[in-house]
Amino acid sequence: MSNLQAARKKPKPLLVADNIVKVFGTGAGEVQVLKGVHLDLLPGELTLLMGPSGSGKTTLLSILGCILRQTRGDLEIAGTKTNNLSAEAMADLRRNHVGFVFQSYNLFPTLTAMENVMLALDVRGRLPADAPQRTKAALDAVGLSHRINTYPAKLSGGEKQRVAIARALAGSPSVMLADEPTAALDSENGQSVMQLMSDVSKDHSRAVLCVTHDHRILKYADRIIRIEDGVISTDERPKEDAVAKANMERLAAEGAH
Amino acid sequence: MQARTAIEGGADAAAAGPKRRLRMAPKLAYRNLFHDKVSLFVTLIGIVFSVVLLSFQSGIYLGIERTIAAVLDQTKGELWVVPIGTKSVDDPSLLPGREKYTVLSVPGVENVETLSMGFARWRKQHGGATTVLVVGSDWNAGGLKPWNVIDGSVDQLAAPKMVAVDRTYFKDLDVKGLGDPAEINGMTVKVGAITNKIRSFTTMPYIFTTLGRAQIMLGAAQEQGSYALVSLKPDADVAKVQETIQARLPDAEVLTRESFRNRSINYWLFHTAAGSGLIAGTALAIIVGIVIVAQTLYASTKDHLNEFATLRALGASAGYIIQVILLQALFSAIVGYALGMTLTLGIFKLAENTTLNVVMTPGLAGLLFATTIAMCMFAAISAIFKVIRIDPAGVFSR
Repeated sequence: MSNLQAARKKPKPLLVADNIVKVFGTGAGEVQVLKGVHLDLLPGELTLLMGPSGSGKTTLLSILGCILRQTRGDLEIAGTKTNNLSAEAMADLRRNHVGFVFQSYNLFPTLTAMENVMLALDVRGRLPADAPQRTKAALDAVGLSHRINTYPAKLSGGEKQRVAIARALAGSPSVMLADEPTAALDSENGQSVMQLMSDVSKDHSRAVLCVTHDHRILKYADRIIRIEDGVISTDERPKEDAVAKANMERLAAEGAH
Repeated sequence: MQARTAIEGGADAAAAGPKRRLRMAPKLAYRNLFHDKVSLFVTLIGIVFSVVLLSFQSGIYLGIERTIAAVLDQTKGELWVVPIGTKSVDDPSLLPGREKYTVLSVPGVENVETLSMGFARWRKQHGGATTVLVVGSDWNAGGLKPWNVIDGSVDQLAAPKMVAVDRTYFKDLDVKGLGDPAEINGMTVKVGAITNKIRSFTTMPYIFTTLGRAQIMLGAAQEQGSYALVSLKPDADVAKVQETIQARLPDAEVLTRESFRNRSINYWLFHTAAGSGLIAGTALAIIVGIVIVAQTLYASTKDHLNEFATLRALGASAGYIIQVILLQALFSAIVGYALGMTLTLGIFKLAENTTLNVVMTPGLAGLLFATTIAMCMFAAISAIFKVIRIDPAGVFSR
């Protein structure tokens, strides 16, 4: 394949982060958490963002999700540059292009599974008349059609995370960001949730980024990015690169022990 | 791939096809509110307390207004000639006399009736005495006729010694029914008619009788009264007639019924301790309501802060979140008002046959409802300030 053909084949990134710097505090208390991160997320890819505690993973995730502003650098989501957007415009961008899955699920305890998903649609404003049917379909897709009227307190951890995924997907976001989605789950539920995330990423209009410490889920990754001390140290695609695959298998084996 | 096929297309589909507004914000507000029963109970107690207190204060206010203006509201004359410096209708003194004929000579005047009012000593049949307010008028000629008569008749008052008393004051007057005797300023009287709920703001019972008998009891001359009630011809210019009468009676004041009514009410409400207490009580009710509702709404918002941060992270606008909080306040107001008003009406029913005149009208109930909602909305401000400052990034650290 020629370079030209490869360039033509490479899809346009849905998210581009260029030289992102984040500084917390001022003066003597100033801490630079991100020190110039370059990153792009491609449609159809499940990317795992890994790194030790304090390396800046969550801060980067918050910036990529437009809920925290970078100190310096440029961020573009679905073709929209975020640098000069107001807080409400950022909320609008989140609403229309970003889906979140949280470590602690962050479901609304007073709403049923179906209502939790509907709420994510409701904040978007006007919706098709068949929104309830779409919500049911979303829950059906994550295997919870039999639990639509169940409150979060009566759902297992895995089920809660599935509701959270259905909620994130309900608005059909371009970019889906997950913060340790398997951290609170047992192995079986963790695998199942990651299979679901992988399926979701295979929609070529969507990019999925998961922050994780969980080595058990490495096999689902199309791409693994390691961040250390505020900078990206490695960026590999194990399914395309034999060396990267070997690295991934070594990491997975270490994690298993 | 199951997930992809079933879920995709939400945003695209949102742009096309029939649209409708989902109503999750009210549901979330309602569920948040009713989820924590203890918090809700405290909120409702605060609102109910405020509603009852406000209802009482405003009910008493209306009652006082009606009580003060009762005599005025029962008369037909457009203009009142009153002694100079009269503060209130139940603070009577005597006019110089012969005003009736002077006023009758003014163009546009149809009729003038003398109303005699004054304080007198009521000596009880079994001993003891109390002060009463004697009201005398010639009702057959268009003067003030006792109203709400529940026993006996107004016609009986024409018989010698007869007076009308109100049932509310039976105990104060040592009276049990028709025919019971007493003495007013040394003159023997008998109960010839009984009225109902004609209360006096001064707590001194009204005693109705004929004009002539009242003049004797009050030591007034035959042509002398406390007030002259002036009825005008249908085509008369009220202001012009008022001006003309005033010019001819420099030793009296000529007021429209409305202005005398306002003067009487203003005097009692704004120039005496009774009114200040009432106004202070109303202000207190509103302040207590706002503080209690604000505290509980703020606490409820703090309890649900993580959820509000999640909403923000999901892309909810500040307006959407404010809507949820305001709806919580609105639901609290509606439930609190319903409970408070039910309790109020029960208490008002119990007070019906006492000397306390508390009034509830549909208009007042509507005004109180609006006040309760405004109070709860105002109370929501602190919670709104808390919520709009939420850092949505907090959702990743929880």
